[in-house]
Amino acid sequence: MLELKHVHKVYRVGAFGGGRLRAVRDVNLTVEPGEVVSLIGESGSGKSTIGKMVLGLTRPSAGSITFEGTDITTIRGHSARKEYYRRVQGVFQDPFSCFNPIFKADRVFEMIRTSYFPETSAPVWREKVLDALATVRLDPDNVLGKYPHQLSGGQLQRLLIARALLLDIKLLVADEIISMLDASTRIDVLNLLADLKERGLGILFVTHDLSLGNYVSDRSVILRKGAIAEMGPTSKVFDNPLHPYSRHLLSCVPQLHRTWAEVDAELEANPPEDVVLPVAADDASAPLLEVEEGHFVGIDQG
Amino acid sequence: MTLRVNDLKVYYQTLRGDVHALDGVTFDLADGEIMGLAGESGCGKTTLGKSLIRLDSRMRHVGGTVELDGKDVPIGDDEAMVPFRYHEISLIPQYAMSALNPTRKIGRMVNELLRARGVRPADIADELKRRLELVGLDPDVLDRFPIELSGGMKQRVVMVISTLLNPSLLIADEVTSALDVSTQRAVAESLVEFRDREYVKSMIFVTHDISLVYQMADTIMVMYAGHIVEKASAKTVINEPRHPYTQMLIGALPEVGSTTVQGRLEGIPGTPPGLLDPPTGCRFKDRCPLAFDKCSERPPLVEIEPGHWAACWKTG
Amino acid sequence: MTNVAGAPGTADTAGAPEPAGERKVSETLHFARRNPKLLIGLGIVLAFLLLGVLGPFFVSDTPNDYVGPKSQPPGGEYWFGTNTFGQDIWAQFVYGVRATFLIGVFGGGVAFLIGTAVGFVAGYKGGIVDEILNMLTNVVLVLPALVVLIVAIAYLDVRGLFMQGVFIGLTTWPWAARAVRSQALSLATRDYVDLARLSGRRTWKIITTEIAPNMSSYLVMSFILLFGGAVLTAEGLDFIGPGPSNGVSLGLMLESAVQWSALTLGMWWWFVPPGLGITVIVGSLYILNVGLDEVFNPKLREL
Repeated sequence: MLELKHVHKVYRVGAFGGGRLRAVRDVNLTVEPGEVVSLIGESGSGKSTIGKMVLGLTRPSAGSITFEGTDITTIRGHSARKEYYRRVQGVFQDPFSCFNPIFKADRVFEMIRTSYFPETSAPVWREKVLDALATVRLDPDNVLGKYPHQLSGGQLQRLLIARALLLDIKLLVADEIISMLDASTRIDVLNLLADLKERGLGILFVTHDLSLGNYVSDRSVILRKGAIAEMGPTSKVFDNPLHPYSRHLLSCVPQLHRTWAEVDAELEANPPEDVVLPVAADDASAPLLEVEEGHFVGIDQG
Repeated sequence: MTLRVNDLKVYYQTLRGDVHALDGVTFDLADGEIMGLAGESGCGKTTLGKSLIRLDSRMRHVGGTVELDGKDVPIGDDEAMVPFRYHEISLIPQYAMSALNPTRKIGRMVNELLRARGVRPADIADELKRRLELVGLDPDVLDRFPIELSGGMKQRVVMVISTLLNPSLLIADEVTSALDVSTQRAVAESLVEFRDREYVKSMIFVTHDISLVYQMADTIMVMYAGHIVEKASAKTVINEPRHPYTQMLIGALPEVGSTTVQGRLEGIPGTPPGLLDPPTGCRFKDRCPLAFDKCSERPPLVEIEPGHWAACWKTG
Repeated sequence: MTNVAGAPGTADTAGAPEPAGERKVSETLHFARRNPKLLIGLGIVLAFLLLGVLGPFFVSDTPNDYVGPKSQPPGGEYWFGTNTFGQDIWAQFVYGVRATFLIGVFGGGVAFLIGTAVGFVAGYKGGIVDEILNMLTNVVLVLPALVVLIVAIAYLDVRGLFMQGVFIGLTTWPWAARAVRSQALSLATRDYVDLARLSGRRTWKIITTEIAPNMSSYLVMSFILLFGGAVLTAEGLDFIGPGPSNGVSLGLMLESAVQWSALTLGMWWWFVPPGLGITVIVGSLYILNVGLDEVFNPKLREL
């Protein structure tokens, strides 16, 4: 459904744009319907840039992003772009900054109506909104007609997901959508993503938190400095990490029932086998090597 | 006993009334103890940390006492707190990285800070270098500007500066939240190292991340809506929590390895109560599956087994 | 607050055809009626506006005529008294207020339109568009505006209030453009702007419905300052010479009062009305602005 091929993003930085910052380097990945793909990485790994490129908010410097057969980097003009957003939507990290503070929160629904369903009658539209709210398990009485600052982060984030559901979307880009939420409400939003996945939606789940990435996703992509370090089915990536960087990350994640010392001791007692990593031909490329079926490792960046 | 807090109440003054951010908090902190202070946003954990060192203009000390090493800490009196700050109690704030003045070299900033506290920088220069090396920094950082350091490096610099006079109590407020996982681990481990080397006698580590606190703290204290709900050793809180809130909170955390396929985790329905006009009795009762009539009275924090305190009528 | 938020909600269930717009307007009105700052500021500005619009119909057409006895203090016949030459100060004042509003609206308005248009486009579009507009802004900013005005107006035959206003507008917009640009620049990176793009909105609609309303009080403030600036520039020009021929303005009144030693002669009725007039008009515009801020910003309402 969604396919990224050799996608690069290079920013010009510094005075007079003299410097180059390679934010995304030679990334290849796919998202299928009914599949959650986690993009996991630390700050500066390029994970959010990939999300923005898929949403058409920034343009890749090179490579193609194909959605259902069309290369979205070639989309020109307002109406074509609008049609794309009918099928692909995004939810962002900070629910508070996604709402224009001077308008009521449910205005995000109204914007969808005026742009995409101008001829739908008010009662029919209201039915549709209530339906979407029910899907995200929000009580309409608690959220409709309220201002953003009167609602909690979890409620706002669910409103934004409901907004995306008003359109007949095929792909949802979820960029760090739970990192600003409290622990007790996070899991509800994650479970909601799992529900959407069961309805056949493809989800690109961008996160820095490994434990959250692995809770919902079918496949995981670990990024480092813009390039893919490891990619494969989530169970394989987490149970048998092959890239030294993935192993390092996993050993640093604070876990609930194992201390760092215990994790280190286990690694010591049972050292993982080294795999041969692919070598990049130049600064720009980042080849992947398939070690077992569907499980890839990327270049070593030191 | 390093720190003894007794029935501490600190309210925020707003135009619409007092926000009961800290409403009767009682706990002890032993010598050498690292206590993790966990809870969701708005539970009062940051207020507690700040109250022990400096009340800002909107905060008001309503009642209760704080004792450090047997001395009374006059937290309501800004002037009288001056000798305690930095010498006895030190704080690493949430955004410590932005606390560094961008136009001053770090070394100069440290010297100014020390002089302001009545310490001659030369007396302490060697110790400063030793400690920077201990946290894995080249002493050359003193000749650099804050902008030249990464987030993790700045956080470690602030850590070294704030513990330079060997305070009795260090309060670390969400110091690792903005860091990447690998840097987070390094910073957390350096904090433990500081305690082991007795640079600080005891520490309160404020965080929203219970799994992080489990890695480094001796004890964990969980707060909810301005009250303490449970305090026990880290292992006990994680593996055998007794308060329904702690149980549900830990039950809501996905772990590395847990997936929706193995069974879904559940969140806690509802939202925390507003603290402008807080409900009487147990503040968790509206979200608690075990709530019964008695919960309209506030449950006291009682020691249900040695070293394990909980505030719930069902556990007592 | 709860009953306020609840009321529009019930209207919504009734299924009004255009609920969003109506709700917004009625609610803004609701708060506007209860805001003393807004009411006081608006009241004074409207009173002066009314005086400027209607007043001249009730006094002589030629306020500069020497009609009465000289240096008369305020009284029944000449409400504000007369000056050293026997001119009716009330008549001058009324015409002066009219001139002040006209020049403020023309000058401030032209500057405001150019400034906000340039600012929004530069801030939202960024990149090369921003660089070009920024350069233009800076060039106009460093032009010595008063000198350009004097030269331009001296070479033009038209010396009406209108032309003066247009020229003031053409030279004073840059700072408004810079202020609007910096605001728009920071607002354009907000997530809700991205969300509006994802909702299929066009650029101009995003600027007018997402960005501009968030700085509405800022825009009003800019207009008020441009208004005041235009008034002051115009008075300066009047004093130097190239102002409207045979004009009356509050500034001219002040200047002649100072020039003919009204202060030392103790003729307070000569300089107090124009001075107070300018101060009260600009001051009440400011109070009005604070009130507007409270009405438009739902967060401030609740404090």
